[in-house]
Amino acid sequence: MKVTITTNGVRATHDVEPRLLLVHYLRDVLGLTGTHIGCDTTSCGACTVHLNGLAVKSCTLLTPQADGSEILTVEGLAKNGALHPIQEAFWEEHGLQCGFCTPGMMMTALQIIAQHPRPTDDQIRHGLEGNLCRCTGYQHIVNAVQAAARKMAGQASGGR
Amino acid sequence: MIPAAFDYAAPKTVDEALRLIRKHPKAKVMAGGQSLLSLMKLRLATPPLIVDLGRIKRLAYIKETKAGIAIGAMTRHAEIAASPIVRKRLTALAQAADAIGDLQVRNLGTIGGSLAHADPASDYPAAFLALDGVAVVRGARPRKIAATACFTGLFTTSLKPGELITEIQFPVPPAGTRSAYVKMKHPASGFAIVGAAAAVRVGRDGRAQDVRLAFTGAGPHAFRAGAVEGMLRGKTLDEATVRTAMEHAGDGVDLLEDLAADAAYRAQLVRVYGTRAVLTALVV
Amino acid sequence: MAVTRLFGSSIKRREDPRLITGEARFLDDIRLPGLLHAAVLRSPHAHARIRNVDTRKAAKAPGVVGVFTGQDFADLNPLPCAWQAGGVQNNLNTPRALEIDRVTFTGAGVAVVVAESRYAAEDALGLIQVDYEVLPTVVDAEAAVRPGAPQLHPNAPNNICMDWSCGDRDGTEAALRGADVVIRQRLVNQRLIPNPIDMRGAVATYNPASQEFTVWMTSQAPHVMRLLMTAFVFGIPETKLRVISPEIGGAFGTKIYLYPEYCLVAALARKLGRPVKWMEDRKENYVATTHGRDHVTDLEVGATRDGTITALKVKTYANLGGILSTIAPGIPTTLYGRMLSGCYRIPHIHCQVLGVYTNTGMVDAYRGAGRPEATYVVERAVDLVARQLKMDPVDVRRKNFIPPEAFPYDPVGILAGLTYDSGDYDKALNRALEIVDYREFRRQQQEARAQGRYLGIGLSTYVELCGAAPSAWIGLPGQGWGAGLWESANVRVHLTGKVVVTSGSQSHGQGHETTLAQLVADELGVPIDDVIVQHSDTLGTPFGYGSYASRSAAVGAVAVHMSVQKIKEKARRLAAHLLEASEADIVYEDGRAHVKGTPDRAKTIQELALAASVGYTLPKGMEPFFDETSYYDPPNCTFPFGTHVCVVEVAPDTGQVRILRYVAVDDVGRVINPLIVDGQVHGGIAQGVAQALWEGAVYDGNGQLLTGTMSEYTVPKAEFFPRFEVDRTITPSPVNPLGVKGAGETGTIASTPAVVSAVMDALAPFGIRHLDMPLTPRRVWHAIAEQRGEPR
Repeated sequence: MKVTITTNGVRATHDVEPRLLLVHYLRDVLGLTGTHIGCDTTSCGACTVHLNGLAVKSCTLLTPQADGSEILTVEGLAKNGALHPIQEAFWEEHGLQCGFCTPGMMMTALQIIAQHPRPTDDQIRHGLEGNLCRCTGYQHIVNAVQAAARKMAGQASGGR
Repeated sequence: MIPAAFDYAAPKTVDEALRLIRKHPKAKVMAGGQSLLSLMKLRLATPPLIVDLGRIKRLAYIKETKAGIAIGAMTRHAEIAASPIVRKRLTALAQAADAIGDLQVRNLGTIGGSLAHADPASDYPAAFLALDGVAVVRGARPRKIAATACFTGLFTTSLKPGELITEIQFPVPPAGTRSAYVKMKHPASGFAIVGAAAAVRVGRDGRAQDVRLAFTGAGPHAFRAGAVEGMLRGKTLDEATVRTAMEHAGDGVDLLEDLAADAAYRAQLVRVYGTRAVLTALVV
Repeated sequence: MAVTRLFGSSIKRREDPRLITGEARFLDDIRLPGLLHAAVLRSPHAHARIRNVDTRKAAKAPGVVGVFTGQDFADLNPLPCAWQAGGVQNNLNTPRALEIDRVTFTGAGVAVVVAESRYAAEDALGLIQVDYEVLPTVVDAEAAVRPGAPQLHPNAPNNICMDWSCGDRDGTEAALRGADVVIRQRLVNQRLIPNPIDMRGAVATYNPASQEFTVWMTSQAPHVMRLLMTAFVFGIPETKLRVISPEIGGAFGTKIYLYPEYCLVAALARKLGRPVKWMEDRKENYVATTHGRDHVTDLEVGATRDGTITALKVKTYANLGGILSTIAPGIPTTLYGRMLSGCYRIPHIHCQVLGVYTNTGMVDAYRGAGRPEATYVVERAVDLVARQLKMDPVDVRRKNFIPPEAFPYDPVGILAGLTYDSGDYDKALNRALEIVDYREFRRQQQEARAQGRYLGIGLSTYVELCGAAPSAWIGLPGQGWGAGLWESANVRVHLTGKVVVTSGSQSHGQGHETTLAQLVADELGVPIDDVIVQHSDTLGTPFGYGSYASRSAAVGAVAVHMSVQKIKEKARRLAAHLLEASEADIVYEDGRAHVKGTPDRAKTIQELALAASVGYTLPKGMEPFFDETSYYDPPNCTFPFGTHVCVVEVAPDTGQVRILRYVAVDDVGRVINPLIVDGQVHGGIAQGVAQALWEGAVYDGNGQLLTGTMSEYTVPKAEFFPRFEVDRTITPSPVNPLGVKGAGETGTIASTPAVVSAVMDALAPFGIRHLDMPLTPRRVWHAIAEQRGEPR
């Protein structure tokens, strides 16, 4: 069946099998391999992307469900070669080790910050309950989300 | 993990959806897909046809009417958890919605899908029962299913083949009613090992005029703890009284046994979380 | 060595830009023209004979290119076992690319579908019909050695792979007889499922003209994989295979080994003439990737009335699974039994280990590998002594610590010739107690108990072994390791002054591209941006044994350091020539070689590199180019240590344990990048805490894994943890010139007993002295209810 999806600002139409998982559409049809697969059970969050501005697990979504939607993936975060504040923060705070969970972590973190512009540690930890990291023990991820929130608040108010 | 192949239909109206499921009795209805797709990826479910309700835009709403609060079946958990009306009037439901899965799952999962799926450990059913909800059903004939008549067994409801839940209704709780939902989360799945919802109304004399208490995760399906409700009605709800009554919360229920909890431990969790639900509702 | 700017500084990682933008290429991201996809059919039975596999229907399914069974790969040898338990008979049984006639665990591969897409391959799996003769199963190691148990392998009577021991049996028993108190305790160190978020996979191509394979695989040790696949499985020259580890999303030990699927995809690529990919899914990962731990231990510890430990006797059943993973027998022997002295002076130690086959998944090294199990035994023993004698566990530890002046310390011979390199155990303990304010906590604990709240504090004072190892020690003559364990590095300074470092180590999250560059930039005195670190490809890197056992800093980085020293030495000689000075008068510092006392008479490393590269004016006999390779085989392992303290509250009505504080004071020697080490410590703590409280693989009696997905097996989440309070003491290792010890596993090794100890401390008022892990609410509540005599 035909689907038309706008991914990272680029609109495209493809003929897909109805069962094609959105994560496979992104990875295999569009070649956007920054979105990862870590489980089969909607547990790990490595595949998290934004669907019309909301964080969702792209392994638990059929491509036809996203027909007509806007998708944002990790590849769409940096603009004109400039890293997004969430990316800068993960880098500066050592919020990643192997980096496999990182794209999903960042996509979820962005929604946490959208809901809580100055999040507490507890809000961040709770917000990340659907994202598993096996390397970091989460502490530097929490620091990274805090740092990103500060950067983004600074940008929103016009300063840095 | 890849689902087996299926045909896919995304009707734009409820009537169209009903026609499809009547014509294809083996079709599976998909709402948010957050439970169904995992089952399909593990090939525990291999439906020949998926009827995706996601395009029926008119099924996602939260309305306050004179009669009560009506929630469209396709309303997402995150919307319910964030709704000021629900948080104020149906606190237990908002808390249950907020306790489901995780942020991402709450952005896609729907109340109608969750209730129809009837996972014995899902969160909504306890709040649905304690708040005296009603499922509005369309099928051969429109009908309503009271919460107490909805869940009939493991993953089974009184929905008949060819029927869909289109709306969940809650009566406006009498003034002074407060409610709460508490749960022990499974550390991996996030489902309720035991969840308890309580709705209580306390009179000016400090005595409970009404207590409704329901559990999920404890038995094959969510249930109201009628014996406890009866014992607490008319009483002052201090901790000791609630705790004592709660000894009967699991009466007559075949408690689930799994790795997280055997029956004895579940019985204890029913006592503890039942007590917490009532006491939390009092201070909400 | 010179202490300079970058060594010890928390610079940002150079790996990160590709990882935070989605540009990194993990195994599953590899795309090749004509790529085929393989899916493996796995046995649903834990013990069965394969009577027949009918692939006809599957072969006709849409998109299917071929369906194969074990018979189709009968020409390949079984996978090798590369680490046997030292000094004893090992009854080895290892997997084949696909099993041919028998399976001994659920998840063993029996057939493979190759198709144009993963979707088509998975669809066809269901069409393969296998006729199994189901056999009786045994999943418990102790039960497996009893008479009458189902027998898994003809060459392993009573399912025993090996019966290994270390220490002095008679002396230990005599000391136990003479002890004032003897405490006996059974300890279960449950099976864990490592769960790196990126799973395993392999992509293979074959060039029929050159008869060469290229295999990308998720490997922590690409050179070793090449060796094992060619020399042992395929019987081809080692030069006919190139192994590349792409970006690897976590490993924790599971990606050290040679797995059947890696051989399978290579064989398929050769058979089909097209590139083939196999990528594990999570369900496969749970059953077909190695597990960790799984010990049942009977502990006897003897002590005098004043708390001096006089003897430790340990008998352990180590469950190795249905078939051996690559280094399985070495883990519960060399890396476990030999570390049972902990950081204590224990005069008599004996350890017996039975390595046992059962109808469960393969067990091999998992983060810490043997040392967490040993530390758990020793730390529980010390706590049990304290409890029995009604002493403060801190005092018992202090009383038995190996004192700083006793290093190098030989733990009564059980390390088989090695000694603990350096340590100041009291210093780390004191710092940890100071951070947590131990005395104040004990006061609060009393207060809380009066209010019916159950707080507990637990300590773990640990020592572990890193930087494995002296080859002559760990190799076949001693500890049974099938090769050496040195490490290698090549450093080249190109004409432009840019530095290329290639390492035989492998990085899968540890940040070698950053830390090795820090070392090189410092030592050579060049900007770090001028240094590039390459690894993980057998083409273009010197042979190395890979990254595990916290060995990349203590062994791999030292090889890099040595190569840099050789380049500096050559640079000095070249500078002397160019400056017409005596070699003895040339000093190399901050990237310049200058004449002693005349800093202006100098050549920069860039000038020297240019001169060395063009070769116009070289001293007599000097070869052009700065290109030096080193192989470092350390004289000893390194022994990091420290103290972890955990504070918990137990809710008696639900049995839930809440971690209130977690303090870690580690001594990993000198630290190259503190931020990276902090990250390693945090991650390690999370894994170790998770073993204490949540994780555990559960099999039913038929060998079915009941915790086979991430919704059943608890991989811990962010909200389970408090903010860890991490500090360090620094006791440089005398073993290597960098003074580093290794930091990858301390957190996992130390944390598990600290948490268990804290929970037992909280439960002390109930008279509970020990519970086995994981300390789930269910288990804790039952224990309390039993002690209270409550109906359950």
